[in-house]
This record gives sequence, structure tokens and C-alpha cells, in this order.
Amino acid sequence: MTKEDKLAIRMRHISKSFGKVQALQDVDFELKEGEIHALLGENGSGKTTLMNILSGIYYPDGGEIQIMDQDVAICSPKDAFGLGIGMIHQHFKLVDVLTVAENIVLGLPPSEETKRKRLNQTIRDIASRYGFDIKPESKIYELSVSEKQTVEIIKVLYRGANMLILDEPTAVLTPQETEKLFTILRAMKADNKAIIIITHKLNEVLAVSDRVTILRKGKKIDTIKTSDANRQILTEMMVGRKVDLAIDRPEAHDRKLMLQVNQVTAVSSDGRKLLDRVSFDAYGGEILGVAGISGSGQKELCEAIAGLCPVVGGSILFESEINGVRVAENLVGQTPEAIINKGISLAFVPEDRLGMGLVASHDMVDNVMLKNYRDNKGPFVDRKTAKKTAEQLIDALEIVTPGVKTPIRQLSGGNVQKVLLGREIISNPQMLMVAYPVRGLDINASFTIYHLLNEQKDKGVAVIFVGEDLDVLMDISDRLLVLCQGQVTGIVDPRKTTKEHIGLLMSGAEREEVGA
Amino acid sequence: MSDYASCEIKRPLVRMVRRPTASLLHRAIVYFIALIGALLTGALLIFILGHNPLDVYVSMVQGTFGRAISFNETIKVAVPLLVTGMAVAMAFRMRFWNIGAEGQILIGGIASTAIVIYGQNIPQLPKLILMGLAAMLAAGLYAAIPALFKAKWDTNETLFTLMMNYIALQLILFLQYQKGWQKERTSFPIIRTFSPDARLPRVYGIHIGWIIALVLVILYFIYVKKTKHGYEVSVVGESVNTARYAGMNVGKVIIRTMFISGALAGLVGFIQTAGADGTLGEGTSGGMGYTAITVAWLSKMNSIAMVFVSFFIAMLDRGAKSIQTSHGIPASAAALLTGLILFFMLGSEFFINYKLVFRGRAYHG
Repeated sequence: MTKEDKLAIRMRHISKSFGKVQALQDVDFELKEGEIHALLGENGSGKTTLMNILSGIYYPDGGEIQIMDQDVAICSPKDAFGLGIGMIHQHFKLVDVLTVAENIVLGLPPSEETKRKRLNQTIRDIASRYGFDIKPESKIYELSVSEKQTVEIIKVLYRGANMLILDEPTAVLTPQETEKLFTILRAMKADNKAIIIITHKLNEVLAVSDRVTILRKGKKIDTIKTSDANRQILTEMMVGRKVDLAIDRPEAHDRKLMLQVNQVTAVSSDGRKLLDRVSFDAYGGEILGVAGISGSGQKELCEAIAGLCPVVGGSILFESEINGVRVAENLVGQTPEAIINKGISLAFVPEDRLGMGLVASHDMVDNVMLKNYRDNKGPFVDRKTAKKTAEQLIDALEIVTPGVKTPIRQLSGGNVQKVLLGREIISNPQMLMVAYPVRGLDINASFTIYHLLNEQKDKGVAVIFVGEDLDVLMDISDRLLVLCQGQVTGIVDPRKTTKEHIGLLMSGAEREEVGA
Repeated sequence: MSDYASCEIKRPLVRMVRRPTASLLHRAIVYFIALIGALLTGALLIFILGHNPLDVYVSMVQGTFGRAISFNETIKVAVPLLVTGMAVAMAFRMRFWNIGAEGQILIGGIASTAIVIYGQNIPQLPKLILMGLAAMLAAGLYAAIPALFKAKWDTNETLFTLMMNYIALQLILFLQYQKGWQKERTSFPIIRTFSPDARLPRVYGIHIGWIIALVLVILYFIYVKKTKHGYEVSVVGESVNTARYAGMNVGKVIIRTMFISGALAGLVGFIQTAGADGTLGEGTSGGMGYTAITVAWLSKMNSIAMVFVSFFIAMLDRGAKSIQTSHGIPASAAALLTGLILFFMLGSEFFINYKLVFRGRAYHG
């Protein structure tokens, strides 16, 4: 056995079920010392569950775990730490008002080691060894998202982890920051740390990992060397059949001005600017992509247009034709009820599907009528029509559900999204806003959604697509708007620009004159 | 690798695992076992007190069904409990924790008493209708106050409604000394007895309140399941964000629903004063505003189920009273017995939603 082949982690026959759902079934997984191992799978394939078992959050129904050739039982995150396993979650767990150093030792017993001077030095040592760029004295709220992630990584390193699990670490990063993270991961690998990176982005798997394990529907498909893999092979293993990975972008025609957003500003309750003088136009018959690091104002932008987020300045003019006369209605200051009553048909698929777009515990019938239950006369709701609409949607979009009476929360993510998008499309909107429409969806469902959006564009609808995957945004959008800290840093033609340029706009390092 | 040897294998003894939706049969079995468990534990308690458990249980049942009069008494307890149950369930469906039914009942009672006192010349039927409407309106408005604060400033409705109970109670204590309200020819602070024309007529030996309650069960069911209002209540209860997204006026829905909730509780005040008691007092609500919370939860906010649950609780209540007289069991012990049974019934919910997996029986694959 050479040094490289020494096993850090060995999981055998791991099974775990939640109620009727078998999340993991007889899964084997091996991690070598000094390797970067990608764990690849679609949402619901069990990759996060497997790692949560390793980090002590769940306890498996069956199977064995060996760490460094020792049988172990990991009952709590504390056990996992004791074994040298550290997990960096998607959602950071940091205290905003404390410093970097304070967050790193939070919860540890006080000792000589945690004295401020000594501690700062240790943190600087770790940072310089792996190439992190961070000051131990900075407060968390002063940091960017990528710096916060750095703190999380240093936190587990400081506590002596030599096996690191990163759950979708690049979801919140710009392309440049992703490259920086990968450099750090390679440095840690050179230091003989074992690293697992959970992801569903193929490019990243190919760029950074040594080996890749593919999970599908709770089962392990295979572990292969990354050097033997390519996008096509990985997709087929992940999905289970051949998939065409090209996204259509039909030529835009009949472009008609639909929405004029002028100098819109929104402020949070604690006085932070959520939107800062945002201006842009949206046209019928085109898809306007919206890119940005998460939390750059995307949510507020959509909600401002839908009348859900109060706007302190600027105007949002919605153009429409009434009896052949073009009129512009200002949506600022109007409630969603008023906007609906004015006959402005604005469809909106919010980011929080089950918390805003749908009622999770209600069945499909009750969800389909959510926006038009007032339309019929009399005090009673018309469930008959809604039921017909629901059945129509099930047929048209191939929604998989036991029936129209099943609570929405029991459907899979893809089917939930089809119900939501279907309801919005069937109302024949003039404008369609979608926020992260394929988040959590498998490849097949994602392509169905892209296809539906293109269909709406073809019908002359103005589509606004807020997304997180830059590759997809660049493939499907006719124009791409980039947000950074609530400001528009550029509106570009994705056919004539590079990913790197968009990355610089996302981080605010560059800025284009808006107005073109 | 000695650093890792310190963690020896230590598997947990019992784990909770969420159960997929339980079948009706499973539910029935769990409730049945819970009932048996409660009776056995209760038997132990009775045995320690020095009585024969079987005897005590038999007289509990006799106290409820034994004679026509005891059955009537049970219904008289069940009716206000049922209507109050619907009142709080209406608000609970919206996740608005109305703990103030107690006070709303009293306000309803005050309003109908006011009609009796200031409208002595009105004939019986219009008087009774007026009393009912006044009770509903007053209690509805009373309940709308915390709703208004919730809608405008997002205040905590639990504390707000709870505190308003004490205001209503003090109001009654105040009225007991007022001229016109206080019973004539006595110095005791008691409110005067209703004249016969201000009393609810009897149907099959029980005041007509039971018919009103059954009609309300049907109306509640329709309102909640079939109307636009009922739909709005369920959406607001699930997610305020979704309701706003759908263009609902959330504040309006909260205030309107609380008005209805309060009005139902107010109607109980009318039924109690004009039906069961024939007068108004601090005991008019008799803790029903709180017991109704148990009724609403045990029936999962379903009005049909509430009919059975409120009857069951009334039965326990009557049974507990009857063993006090027949066996000389102290009131506190009888209440303990009632509490035990409810505790087992509510606790059994856990076994409907979860199952326990013991070490060694973990399955593979």
C-alpha cells in the first residue's frame, strides 16, 4: 500500500430512510488521504444525507463506518470533530458582531491556545499555509460571502480537522472566487488533507477533483478517476441515460417595450439599501437574464415589481395596450391586490416556492386557484374549474402526482415547480418573472423549464429570469443584467461577452455604463 | 492511530423515526391503547385512594348516561364547549392563538344581559334574537381589538387575548354592584335573574342551545371548507407571504376572522346566560375558553369531530362530579383523573407520527 492509497474514510453498506423515502440504500464510499473527492448527484440523490451521516447529523439505519481503519459510531457532530471530520455547510453559522478569531474559537474551552495574541498568530499561520486572505481582527459583518466561507474553512482547520466536507461551496461565489477556492483546496490536498466536495456542477468536478463518486436515487452508481471522465459520461451516470446538454436560444422577434424600471431604490428595515437606483427595460419576446452573487438584490427586485417589497424611490412603468392605446401604469406603491385588479397580468415564480408561491399543505386544486379564486361571483370558491385546470396542467406538463388531492409538499421538487410555473403560465401573462426556477431540479426537469420559458418568449411574453448558474444564464438570455450590492453593474449581450467579464461585474470590480 | 481509538462504538439505544402518514386503523388502535392506558393508570390512583376502581368507573358512566336528567346535564355542558371549540378553532386555523374565548364569552353574556335589563318591554322572540345578536356583535368587536393590533403592529396575540380575559372578568365584578344590574332586595354582589321571557325555550327537555350548536357545526363546516373566506383563512394560516403574494389583504382577513371567532364565543355567553344559568356571573364562562382549546386540538379543527370530542369531555366532567358524590372522592382527585385521560389521548399523537427503533433491531438495506 503506497502512501497515497491510505484510506481516510471507509463507509460500507450505508442505508438511511426517512419515513417511506429510502434516501440511501447500501452505499459504499471511500476517501483516500490527500485526495479531492467529488460527490456528484442530482438533488434527492442522497449526497448530502451521506455526508450528514459522516458529520454526525444523522445516524444511519444500517452499515459500518471506518475512520483510519478503526470501526466508529458517529452519534453527534462532536464525535465527528473528535475523529477529525469537519463539514462546511451551505449556510454559514457565524456570529455577525464577533470577529473572525472569536468565531473560530466560539464554543471551545478557554486555554493558553485561545489567548487573543496566540490565537491570531495561529490563524495567520493557517491562512498563510493554504493561501487564505483574511484578517483575524475583522468583524464578520464586514466580510463578503466568500470571506465568510473562508472563516468557516479555517474554523474546521483550526479545530484539527484533516477530513473536510464542503457542501456546494461554489453556489455563492463568483467565477474568480471559485478559482481562488480551488487553489486553496489544492494546497490543502498537498498537505495530505482529504477533501470531499458535494456538487452538481460538472465543470467543477472536472476542474478540481481527483476522483468522483456518483449517486443516483440513493444508490451508488460508481467511483471513477476524474481523468477518465467528461461531461457526457458524468451526466449519463447521474441521470441514468443520454441527455442533450445544449440549451436553445431562439431568435427574439417582435420585441416590444413592456417594463421600464427607473431609478428604483428599496431600503431594508435597518436602513440598508437593498436596491440602489436600479434602471432597466424589459421587452416582450425576449428573455432578460439577471445574474449576481446571491443576496445582491435579486429577490427584492422581483418583489418590488410584484408589489411585495416597498420601494422608496423611482418608478416601475408597466406598458400595455388597452383598446389600441398604449398606456403605462406605475406599479410603485401598489399592493399585489391592486395590481391584479388593474388587469395587469404579471406572473411571478418566486424563489421560495413552498413559502410564497404555493401553500405546501394544500392540494393541487387549492394551489391552482390561489391567484384567481376571487374571479367567480358569490361567496363560494369554484373548485370545479380549478380541478379542471389542475388536471389540464398534469397532462400538459407531465406532472407526476398521486392525484389532484395530494398535498403539494409530498411532490418532488421538479413537480412542485411545474405546478407553480404551470399555474403562472396558464393565466396568459404579459410578463413572467422567474427566480431560480431550476434550483433543486434534476437535469430533465430543468430542461423542461427552459423549454417552457422559451415558449413564453416566443408568444411575446417579457421573461425575466433570475438565475445562479452563469453557464445557463449565458446560454438562454437575450440580454443579461448583472447586479452587485443592489446596483446594476452592467447589462450585456451574453453572445458577445466572456464569463470572466461577467464575474468582474458580479463582484463590482468592473462596471459598464448602463443606459445602452 | 491511537488518537482515533478513544471513540469506541456506542450506538444509541432508542431512536425516533418519523412514520409515513398513519392509516385510520392505526390511529384508532393508538387511541384505543391510550384510553386503556389512561384507565389503568387511573385505576392505580383510585386504588391508592382506597376505592374499587371498577365501581368508580361504573358510577362515572352512570353519572353521564344513568338517568335522563344526568344525560341532559351532560349535553348542557357539551353544547357551550362545542360552540367555544369552533370559536377558537376558527382563529387557530389562521394560526392566530386566541386564548381569549373566556373573556369573549363574558362580554357576550354582558351584552345579552344588557338587553334583558334595558329592553324589558320587548316581546320574547325579538328579545331573544336581539340578545343573541348583541352578544355576537359585542364579543366580535372585543375579539377584533387584538386582531387589529396584530394586523397593524404585529403584536403578540396570545398575551393580548389572555389579558383581555381579566378585563372582561373585572367588568362583571363591577356590574354586580351597579343599580339595575344587581339583584333586588339583596346586598350580595349578584346580577339579577333573567325574567322567564328572556330564557331560551326547551326542546326535548334541554334548552334550544343544542339545536343552535348543531346548525353552527354545519355552517362552520361550509364556511371553512367551501367559501372564499375559509380559503383565505387557511392560506393566511399556512403562510402570510403566500397570502400577500396571492393579493390577499392579510390584515383584513385577520380582523374579519377574529370577529367571527369572537362572535361565536359571544353566542356562548348568550346561550349560557339565557339558557343554562338564567343569569350572569363570573362563572358564566367557567373555564370553557380554555377547555375549548383542548377540544379544538383533539378534533384537529374539524367541527364534526368537535361534536364527539366535546361530548366526551363533558362526559368526563360529569363523571368526575358524580364520583365525588357517590364515592366521596375529592374534587382534586377527580380532576386529576380527567387530566390523566386527556394527557394520554394527547400524548398518543406522538405514536401516530413517530415510531421508536430500538438498538439491535435496526434493519439493513
